[in-house]
Order: sequence, then structure tokens, then C-alpha cells
Amino acid sequence: MRRAELLMAIAMAIFSAYLMWMSAKLPIGWVPGRGPGGGSFPFWLSFAMLICTVWIIVRWFRRTTPQSRSSEPFFDSRSLTLVLLVIGALVTMVGSIYFIGVYGALPLFFVFYMRFLGRHSWAKTMTLALAAPVITFFFFEILLHITLPKGATETLFYPLYDIFM
Amino acid sequence: METIQFLLDGFVVALQPMNLFLVIVGCAVGLFIGAMPGLGSVNGVAILLPVTFIVPPTSAIIFLAAIYYGAMYGGAISSIMLGIPGASTAVATTFDGRPLALKGMADKALVAAAVASFAGGTISILLFTAFAPPLAHVALAFGSAEEFALMMLAFGTFIGLGGDDIPKTLFSICIGLVMSAVGLDIMSGQPRLIFGDIPGFFHGINFLVLAIGIYGIGEILWTIESSQGEVSVSQAVVSVRRILDALKELLKSANTIVMGSFLGFFVGLLPAAGATPGSIMAYGFAKTMSKNPESYGKGNINGVVAPESANNAASTGSMLPMLTLGIPGSPTTAILLGGMVIWGLEPGPRLFVDQTEFVWGLIASLYMANFFSIVLNIAFIPIFVWVLKLSFTILAPIIFVLCVVGGYAPTQDMHDVWLMLLFGVVGYLMRKLDYPMAPMVLAIVLGPLAESSMRQSLLQSHGSVWVFFERPISGGIMVLALLLFLMPAIKVGKKLIVARRTGNAGK
Amino acid sequence: MNVARKPVILNFILIAAAVAFATNAVAADWQPRKPVEFVIMAGPGGGADKMARLMQTIIEKHDISPKPFIPVNKAGGSGAEALVHLKSKTGDDHTIMVTLNSFYTTPLRQPGIGIDSLSFTPIARMAEDTFLLWVHKDKGIKTMDEFVAAAKAKGKDWIMAGTGKAQEDELLTNFLNTTYGLSITYVPFKGGGDVAKQLAGKHADSTVNNPSEALGFYQAGNVVPIAAFTKDRLEMFPDVPTMEELGHPNAYYMQRSVVGAPGMSDEAADFYRGVFTKVYNSEEWQEYKKKKSLLGSFITGNELEEYWKVGIANHRKLLKEIGEIK
Repeated sequence: MRRAELLMAIAMAIFSAYLMWMSAKLPIGWVPGRGPGGGSFPFWLSFAMLICTVWIIVRWFRRTTPQSRSSEPFFDSRSLTLVLLVIGALVTMVGSIYFIGVYGALPLFFVFYMRFLGRHSWAKTMTLALAAPVITFFFFEILLHITLPKGATETLFYPLYDIFM
Repeated sequence: METIQFLLDGFVVALQPMNLFLVIVGCAVGLFIGAMPGLGSVNGVAILLPVTFIVPPTSAIIFLAAIYYGAMYGGAISSIMLGIPGASTAVATTFDGRPLALKGMADKALVAAAVASFAGGTISILLFTAFAPPLAHVALAFGSAEEFALMMLAFGTFIGLGGDDIPKTLFSICIGLVMSAVGLDIMSGQPRLIFGDIPGFFHGINFLVLAIGIYGIGEILWTIESSQGEVSVSQAVVSVRRILDALKELLKSANTIVMGSFLGFFVGLLPAAGATPGSIMAYGFAKTMSKNPESYGKGNINGVVAPESANNAASTGSMLPMLTLGIPGSPTTAILLGGMVIWGLEPGPRLFVDQTEFVWGLIASLYMANFFSIVLNIAFIPIFVWVLKLSFTILAPIIFVLCVVGGYAPTQDMHDVWLMLLFGVVGYLMRKLDYPMAPMVLAIVLGPLAESSMRQSLLQSHGSVWVFFERPISGGIMVLALLLFLMPAIKVGKKLIVARRTGNAGK
Repeated sequence: MNVARKPVILNFILIAAAVAFATNAVAADWQPRKPVEFVIMAGPGGGADKMARLMQTIIEKHDISPKPFIPVNKAGGSGAEALVHLKSKTGDDHTIMVTLNSFYTTPLRQPGIGIDSLSFTPIARMAEDTFLLWVHKDKGIKTMDEFVAAAKAKGKDWIMAGTGKAQEDELLTNFLNTTYGLSITYVPFKGGGDVAKQLAGKHADSTVNNPSEALGFYQAGNVVPIAAFTKDRLEMFPDVPTMEELGHPNAYYMQRSVVGAPGMSDEAADFYRGVFTKVYNSEEWQEYKKKKSLLGSFITGNELEEYWKVGIANHRKLLKEIGEIK
């Protein structure tokens, strides 16, 4: 926990500096006839962010906050595995949308999550895995007219559009 | 007297069987749309448009009003049940609504939200009916300087909302404001902070992307870690008795409801402000004035009631600048404005004179929608609570999928889905280290308005900051805001003095 | 799914009707196979957005297209987001966009995004919006001479509120400044409605709103037009002189056009041209044009491309004058 606190503060300090650098591409001071420059607002706020991170780091050295005194691990290994697994599954799902579309990615995600993480019965898993895309299709595409990305499965939907739209 | 007659005529229109049917369907649809993270009343337009061809414009408006109110109630549902604010107006509702749900009092929180919304809607409609035309002048008197002062007041009220950790709270506000600056700078017309020309950043960072990331993805990750992925979210029970009890208990919150309604209505009146600052300020005021402010954020029913009454009151209030000035305060009013064009109506000061049937029909239907929303909402509470009983390994993938689709829907851009995932993971890590998240989420909503109004005012005054203090309205609000800003400083100062004294005594 | 049932049934009926019609039409004609993405190069609530939604409504109402047109707002970066999005859809037959003058200015000002305005498929110019110079009634200004005198007296404290930076409103402000030797301060706001309110609330001294934006306050008698940036006097404002009559010819219009993704197939482009011809000729569109004082006839194909070439050259010159590009 103690190390995580410092690492996060340093990461955020670097990020603030990066934001300042990016903001400074536009004028950060007063532009005659045009008022405060386009970069001024983000620049000075990023600067304030940097000051806050420095403040956090100073407190870390002085061990004034609970986090900087804590000797507990930031993650225990069991929850770390679990969290990483879930994040990995999410990234895979979103990535696969480009290829197999939302309607391909959703069932796979449900199968993975319910069957392999939740250990639910196949019957339950498949019911949800199949119901989810159907409900999504009718709710989003037909009712709300929001087209979701379909990747390679695009042409499969033409007949559905012909029927329902 | 004349206005009451108009309003009654409006009710006669709204009570026709066909329109009544539309109100009920609209409220139900709206409730579901609103309860979905990422979707809001804006999406109602897709349903609205086909309807406009089969029914007269008045019925179309009634339908839209029903969706609008239904979604407003629905937003509170996802805030309380899932902890994900469905719209920026419902952020403040999560602060206490979510803890209440976690304590197994979801039904109480839902009842409180529904009743508060209903009261807010009622009070604001009374105010609207009585004072609409003169209030239009107040809205007109609000220039950039006044807008900036109002934003400062909003920031002032939520400075106390963060945790006790001052640098982390400040950091959270600042990063939220910086993120709100991403995209196009409207004052110079230049793109900025677009991270090396990534086109996805051109449209800026949508509030919903951040909110869904932090409260949706981040919250579930948090629950997975703390529960090791097994337990159900809460032990929810519901019965008619409990609902009646909850109603009775709400009598104690009457003051807060009235305060929230008035505040919400007046903030909502101001062009471009909309319902979000109103709900935050109501929460902030309720907390500041409370006898035990430390109970807020841990499941105080007043923390649900204040923002909910305010955001509903504000959504009625925000009809005024839309109708009389043609300025949409929210995407939904923008669409209603578009609808008016389709129906051949011209927003402007003349609308109240020339189109009384439309104006009062709209107001009456807002009221009807308000009434049916509360009925439907309370009827649906058992279903919503049942959802919470689902096993967590079923609920979690459903919420994840809702987040992904909900992150995509507003801009229809995959870039935003990735950004949402990133916010979720980073937000989760920051939360573990006690960085408060609420100030960041609120700052990204208020940031753009604060920045442009500040720069517009300074440009008009050629750089003199006195522009914020010279004019009576902006000066008054500004002084109030400064007092709020100074309050924590005074408190800290007092603490320091006390600490030093005791410290010296210890030595 | 109770909720979805009603519109679905409704759609069934519509489809049945559409199919019945379609069988009469020539079968070989190209038709969209899925919903058409209708990109709007501006945010919700603005003039372009309202017009796009009106077009969409007309298309649905008269059943002009077998598949719906779904509006998507992409306002980011003065339309840069929309332009880049359309470019990424090169060759796509199901993406079209409603555009305005930032179609010229944004690619010129942001060469980094690599957009050539002429690469887009010309579909239709639906209208041209006009600009007028407005002041608040209480100022008592009625003629251009009085306006110039009042603005001169106030110098840089004379505030012109407008929409966006280095776009239409600022170009016209710059024209006034150089032509009459004024030093008006231009303050950008987010949308036309906001600008109109600034003037009506006396937070600004003048605007160059489109008629559609100032109409509400004009009808209420809060604001008065001083001059029109058009070639001929507008039907709706017969007493307002044009800049040409005032001795400084400057006719400046805002295009309201529809373009297709680059490299769209000819068949698809023809389909959309047909759709928008019908929209243009519809009673609703003609009435809207008249009500909002819009000019401009329907042009398409090569004629539209020639029109764009003139527009691009004109804007390059205007942007150079205000020092936005070299």
C-alpha cells in the first residue's frame, strides 16, 4: 500500500507535467484582443494537479497519511488474479467487437464469466448468453435506432433489418 | 387567473384516452431507458419521431414529456441500485443512494427518490405556472459573468463533498476540469489535449464515459476484490409494509425536499445551467445545513431526497429558457427544440403569447408524466430489488455488458469504450488509495461552462476581474461562493490553532 | 420486451407498405440494406442539427427510404471529428453527412487532419442560410451610419457576440472592422441560440445571427436588423438594405448541404440524390425555407462540386485576412 501510494503520486505527477506540456501548445497567457489563451485553463489546472501530487509525495515522506504508513499489500494475490482475469476478459471482449461484432462478443463473454468464473449450470449460462444479444438487438437497434458495431457479422443482419425496419 | 385557465385546458388535452395511453407507455419506456447506464431521455427521440406522424403534435409532446420524466426517475434507479449514474443529474443521488442499497435499504431509497422527485416536480410546476413570464426576464439578465459566478457557487458547495484528504480532493477536482478541456477550445477554435491527434478526443471526454467507467467498471472491480467474486450485492427485502413505513419516515425530510425543489427550480431556470448544478448544490446545502453532516455519504436518506427533488424541479425550470430564449439547457431540451421546429413552432418570448395551447399542454403533460412516473416507479420497486438478489456472477457480466454498450451509445464511437475501460481501471486503483472520485465526475460536467463563461467575461471586460463583482447578481453570488470556499480553510485554520496549542501544551 | 412491441408492429406495417411500393420500382436500383448513418457536423440544438432532424422526419414521413436515416452528432473539433469519421468510411455506401461552412474552413485551418473537401461525394445543396447584422432595439440604431457612429464611439468596448472561432460570424465581424475602420471585440459563444440571448439580454452590442436564430427575439421586438449580407433584399425583411446597396458589396451565405463518404458508389450516390430531391421538393422543406428566410436552390453533382471550389477559394482568402492561415 505504501509503495502503491508513492507510485500513483509519481505517475500522476508525470501525467500532470505531460498535460501541462500539451496545454502549452496553445497560448497560456493573455492574448491581446482575444482574452485568455486556449491553453491557459488546462495549463494552470494541470499545474495545480502537479502541486497536489508534490504535496502527496511530501506527505508520503513524512508518513502523515494512513496509506503512507500502511504495511498491508496493495493487493493480495488471490484478488489480484481475479481482478486481472476480469479486466483481461473485458479487454478481450471489447477487442473482439471489431471482428465478431457486439452480437458475437456478448455471448462469449457471458459464457466465460458465468460458466468459468461463476460455475453456473450450462443451462443457465446458455439462456443468458443467448437472451442477451436478442434483447440488446431489439432494445437498441429496433426500439432506439442505435446501430451497434457488427464487424464481420454485418451482412448477417440485412435480413433482420428487412423484417424489422 | 388566466394562466390557471390555460393550465386546466392543458390538463383536458392531456387527459384524453389516447394521450393518457401515451403517457403510460412513455413513462414505462422512459423508466427503462433511464435505468440503463449511458442511455437517457435523449434516446427517446428515436421513439418519438415515428410517433409524430401518427398522432398530433400535442400528443407527441406529451409522449416526449413522459419519456423525459420516466427517464429522470429511471436515472435515480440505476444510481441507487447499481451505483452508476445514468445521467449527470443523478450523480449526487449515488452518494447516499448506493450506501443505502448496500445496507439492504434499496426500497427505502427508491421510495424516497420517487417521492422527492414527485414533490420537486409539483413545486416547480406551481412556480412555473405562477411566475413563468416574469422569470424569463431573470433568465435573460444572466450573462457570462453571472454564469461563472453560479459555477463558482456550485464548486463551493461541493468542495465539502470530497474526503478528508485535501490534496487528493483538490487533485480530483483539477483533473476533472482538465479532462473537461479536452477537445476543441471553442474560444480559439483550436483542438487541444488531443493526445497526438487521436480523432476520438476531438469531441472531448463525455461525462458518461467517465461516470460509467468509474462507477460501473470501477465499482464492480472493487466489489469483486472485496467479496472475492462470490456474494450477492445486498440482502434486499421488500414488502408493502416497508414501503409504507418508508413513506412515513419521509415526513421528516420535508424541509430538505422543499429546499431542494426551490433551489433546483431557480438554478434550472438559468440558461445553459440545467439540472446538474442544481442537484449538486441541493446536496451540498443539505449537507452543510444538516446537524450531523458526517452521516452524509454513508446512507442518509436526506442525501437522496435533496438532489432528487432538485433535479426534477430543475428539469421543469429548464423548460423556461428553452421555450422563451430558444436555448437548450440539456441534450433533451435540444431535441425538444428540434421537435418544435418540425411542428412549426418558433421558440422565443412570443411563444407564451402566441402558442398558449402548446406551452400549457406541455406543462400539464409534464405534470401528468410526473404523476404516472411515481406510480409506475413504486409499482416496479419489487422488480428492481429482485435484480439485486441475483447472484453476483450473473449480475456482474450483465452490468459490464450494459457499461460497454452504454459507453458506446452516446457517441457511437469505439474509442469511448476503450476510454471507459481505462477510466474504470485507473479510477479503481485511485479509489483504493482514497482519491475521491465524485469531485472529478462533477468537475467534468461543470468545467466547460465554467471555462467559457470566465473567458467570455474577461474578453468583454478586457481582462478586468472586477467584471464578476461589478454587476449586482454576479457580485452577490460570487461573494456567497467565496464564503463557501473559505469555510474549509477557516475550519482547517481553527484546527491548526487548536492543534498547535495542545501540541505546545504537550511539549 | 413488451416495451418494444408496439413500434415493431408499426414497423411491420410500414415495411409491408414499403415492400408493396418497392416491387413497383425498378428492381435493379440500388437501395440501402441497413440503416443509413446520417452524420451531423454540429452539436444538438444548432441550426444544422435542427435541419438534419427535419430532413430525417420528412424522409420517414413520406417513406422516401426503405431503411431509416439515423442522425449521429459529431461536432468535435469544429467538425473535424465528422470529417475524419467520413474519411475513415471511404467507399461506404451507408454513410452521409449534413454539412455547413466548416466543411471549407476546418480542413483549411487544421491541415493535420488531412482532409480534402473535394474528396467527398457531392449529393445535394439543400439551402443557403443568410446573415444579418442585428442590434438591440433599445440602442435606437436604425441605419448602418448610426451603427458605425455608435460602434466607433465605443471602440473596443463594442462587443459582437458570435458562434465559434474563425467561422462565419468572425469573418463577417472582421469585414465590418476593416470596411468601416471599427475595432469591435468579437466574443465567441457556443451556439446561435446563446448568441441571440446575449444580444436580447444586452450582454453584447450586436450580432450577425442567421434569421432562424434571431427570429424569436425579432418577432418579440427585442432586436432589429440593420443590414443584410445578401445579394438581394430578403423577402422577410423588405426594409433592410443589403451591403451592396450600402456601397460595400459582401454577399456571404452558409451552405446547408449533404455529402456522402468519399468513394461512394455511383448507384448509391444516385439513390441519395433521389432521396434529397424528394425532400427538397416536399411541402415541409419549402415551408421551412420560407419561414426561416433561407435561399439557395437545389444543386447536385458537378454543379455542387464547382460551388465548393468557389467556396474553398473564397474562405482561403477570408481566413488569410484574419491571419488564421498563411
